[in-house]
Amino acid sequence: MDLTTFLQNCVTGVSLGSAYALIAIGYTMVYGILRLINFAHGDIFMMAGYFTIFAITNFMLPWYVAILVVIIATVILGAAIERAAYKPLREAPRMSIMISAIGVSFLLVNLATYLFTGLPRSFPKLGFLQHVYKIGDVSAPVVTFITPVITIVLLFVLIYLVNHTKMGMAMRAVSKDYEASRLMGIEINTIITITFIIGSALAAIGAILYFSPRPMVYPFSGMMPGLKCFIAAVIGGIGNIPGAVIGGFVIGIAETFLVAVFPSMTGYSDAFTFVLLIIMLVFRPTGLLGENITEKV
Amino acid sequence: MRKISVLLVLVLVLSAFMAGCGGGSGDADEAKVIKIGIFEPLTGENGGGGAQELDGMKYANSVRPTVTIGGEEYTVELVISDNKSDKTEAATAANYLVDKGVSVVLGSYGSGVSIVAGDIFKEAGIPAIGASCTNPQVTKGNEFYFRVCFLDPFQGTVIANYAIQNGAKTAAVITQLGDDYSTGLGSFFETAFKDLTGDANSIVSSQTFQQNQADFNAILQNVKSKNPDVVFVPSSITTAPLIIQQARDIGITAPIMGGDTWENATIIENAGEKAEGIVLSTFFDEGLADSSPITKEFVEGYTQYLAGREASIPAVAALGYDAYMVALDAIERAGSTEGAAIRDALVATKDFEGVTGTINFDENGDAMKNMAVIKTVMDGKFQFLQVVEVK
Amino acid sequence: MVLKKSTKAILTTVLVVAALVLLYMLDNGVIGSSYTVRIVRLSFIYALIGVSMNLVNGFTGLFSLGQAGFMAIGAYTVGVLTIPVDLRPNVYYLKPMAEGLANVEVPFGVALLLGGIFAAVFAALIGAPVLRLKSDYLAIATLGFSEIIRAIIANDQLAPITNGSLGIKSVPGFTSIFVPVAISVAGIAIMALLIKSSYGRAFKAIREDEIAAEAMGINLFKHKELSFTVSAFFAAIGGGLLAAHLTAVDSNQFKIMVTFEILLIIVLGGMGSITGTCIAAFAITAGKEWLRFFDAPFFIGAWQVPLFRPGLRMVIFSLLLMAIVLFYRRGLMGTKEFSWDGIFNFFHRLQDEIRRRLKKPAREVQ
Repeated sequence: MDLTTFLQNCVTGVSLGSAYALIAIGYTMVYGILRLINFAHGDIFMMAGYFTIFAITNFMLPWYVAILVVIIATVILGAAIERAAYKPLREAPRMSIMISAIGVSFLLVNLATYLFTGLPRSFPKLGFLQHVYKIGDVSAPVVTFITPVITIVLLFVLIYLVNHTKMGMAMRAVSKDYEASRLMGIEINTIITITFIIGSALAAIGAILYFSPRPMVYPFSGMMPGLKCFIAAVIGGIGNIPGAVIGGFVIGIAETFLVAVFPSMTGYSDAFTFVLLIIMLVFRPTGLLGENITEKV
Repeated sequence: MRKISVLLVLVLVLSAFMAGCGGGSGDADEAKVIKIGIFEPLTGENGGGGAQELDGMKYANSVRPTVTIGGEEYTVELVISDNKSDKTEAATAANYLVDKGVSVVLGSYGSGVSIVAGDIFKEAGIPAIGASCTNPQVTKGNEFYFRVCFLDPFQGTVIANYAIQNGAKTAAVITQLGDDYSTGLGSFFETAFKDLTGDANSIVSSQTFQQNQADFNAILQNVKSKNPDVVFVPSSITTAPLIIQQARDIGITAPIMGGDTWENATIIENAGEKAEGIVLSTFFDEGLADSSPITKEFVEGYTQYLAGREASIPAVAALGYDAYMVALDAIERAGSTEGAAIRDALVATKDFEGVTGTINFDENGDAMKNMAVIKTVMDGKFQFLQVVEVK
Repeated sequence: MVLKKSTKAILTTVLVVAALVLLYMLDNGVIGSSYTVRIVRLSFIYALIGVSMNLVNGFTGLFSLGQAGFMAIGAYTVGVLTIPVDLRPNVYYLKPMAEGLANVEVPFGVALLLGGIFAAVFAALIGAPVLRLKSDYLAIATLGFSEIIRAIIANDQLAPITNGSLGIKSVPGFTSIFVPVAISVAGIAIMALLIKSSYGRAFKAIREDEIAAEAMGINLFKHKELSFTVSAFFAAIGGGLLAAHLTAVDSNQFKIMVTFEILLIIVLGGMGSITGTCIAAFAITAGKEWLRFFDAPFFIGAWQVPLFRPGLRMVIFSLLLMAIVLFYRRGLMGTKEFSWDGIFNFFHRLQDEIRRRLKKPAREVQ
């Protein structure tokens, strides 16, 4: 591998990884609070892609307005799903709520197929994001270069939010001990809704950054990214926000370099992600940055 | 909430019954009816192409809504069954058509679902006519499956031929894992390309990707580092624009070539200016309108029928039209609505004038076609490049 | 009210004989059509796979999502080993079949059993590390393994055996509906016996409370492994039946969506109910077909109802399932099993309820 190829692969891997990271944060936050794998998160991300198409292609909004509209729409969708499908099952066994999440994912995919047909829709060009930019021999659209920057900035904002605000403190309390925080007067439902709002907003931003250089949206386009981001969250240590970002980067870069180093293994890139997950689960189930939680009797 | 949900379920069930009754009353027509099954993917990965093919069949039905069997006029009823681009669904969808008592089946877009359904149609003794399924497996060993298009080994040769004529000495091939169309066509291209160049190492890179994959940068980077003269990517229309765009973004300048699936306006819409210069082989072109009066009539009629829905006539629509017309021709000659009789009539088809060329079936049930059209994209439109004939 | 034992025995016999007669009539084309036969066959296969998944998820309380992978192992074993030798060059038309296998053709039953054994061995191997994981981690790890199996099958390296991306066709189909029905029923019966045995009681103890179960002296790992392996065995048998049912096998048939569909069957039927799963398998398989007309354009008079177009069927299907998950969480049967007493009690209660409702207004009038 020469230097150009190596650098180009780095750019690809980091950019892909940072888009994964944004989605992975949504998984990790929901898991931290509800102990739920939100299987529908990948499909919320897919719907955000469709929202962008409608905002820009159909309603002709300028791109900066459109981004805001898309974030709001996705947040409403995410919060609505929480209210309708997860809240009624708060006291139910964990398996029920997980099945409900799978059901929502099923529903969103089928709904998208029905409403928007199975035909892939083209993702609109957002302002300058898609201009191809060249540094030496490495060329990529602008969005590829700025995705990691946006991810890092959002990560710091989020860390501040969680560690230095009242709301963040409440979130941490709920994720530590559900019952105790309720007794301490924390409005659990509000906190959960806020978590879904943040997760969905990040999924919306992630969708815009992910779909800009890969501009096709179809009902199944949330499936694989969804699973991979969940794996990213597990690798980083589920419930841990910086961990999710690191996990996202690990998966994005590992996947790219697997293909680059072993060209005959390209067919295994998805399977490889799962192998990574299983190795992680067996040897360090708490993830790279996760804390040890002992099972209570 | 509980009450609302009960109500919802009730309403759904009720509406289901109403729909069932509504559907039933439509059959009670006095006139004699012959049913033709349409087996196409309307949802799922190939939903787009399936819909285009269906359009061609519907148009053919509007042009020729009746058929004379043994001196009596029968109305043709199209029974549509969505195979969802999925093999498990396809088997049930095929049985649904058998159960509806169709006399002949048309379809499907996508070879995989046709292969599964083939055995079911064969068992039921219903002849099927594929419009655009190009995989050899569809008709091989199945005396009830026919098709009106060319086959992948032929298509692979045509594209390899064209590439070499234009000075290509090396090629890279990218195919989709788990997709028989893509893998088959890619492999036929490789064989033909190696044979024609006489160089066993002329395929410099052979990559695979997975269904629903959206990021091809790593694969394309491998291709780029090998610097091939052409890149051949047989793929569905879902992935094609992504690959084309990402290839151009990372600076691959070699011509990118595809198969018949690529002749779809979606590719130009989605890949935009980056689609300029891609090359593909297909079955049909409006430019052939002058070749026969039948073609001319079809081009004019269909352009009107589309009413601007598509920028140009998709080749699969023309093939869908041909499949319908061949079926009606065979039904008329068979003078029967029985599957076996229609099959025998199909075998005996001689020099049927279709809009995509003359149709004669060989011993496998494949239309003997020796002509393919090479097209490119220029100024945001598919442009005719040349007709390639291979003996 | 409790029915007499003899009455129950008579009722059961009547039911079984009626089912056999119906199946016999279906098989000989007296009633129904090839379409009905297909749906019935598929329902039985899904019932077997459903019960196998329920054994792990419903009875042992382990959230495993690996069913599709085990099905793939079974389906491919049956597919590869039963294609008639003379048809093989047709199927393996790009890369010839591996030499050692090219002339090996075994009877359907042997292939089916082999598939089951392969899957069971594989499950036992991965069970050792994976079954120590907790609920959601286990779910995602098993799901991962099922995707890895799929990738290995579809890739080039195994193509001389599995035919890679091209899939396998020309698998001999069933000669009679009784083949899949008998195998499914036998499989379900074996699992039912297992659940009734002391092993089954240990499974349920693990489901209710792992730590308490361990304290009672139940070897957690041994029992989890047993449940997981048996489940994989029967999922593979179901997969093998599916291969013969479709006469074609392809790695794309065994995606995550398949596992989810089976999960929804056991949820509808009730986690922890064998009869519930069987009923749900029929309801969902037939229901999906029955809802098919939602996809066709629908007219009331000359007015075309705008909502009816391809895809509506699956939306309605998923809405119904969401309703079940949210409002009837226990599914059709909960953890109960079908029994004649249950049926009679249900009608009794219904009768009482109606009587009470009818009486109430009357009392108000007085």
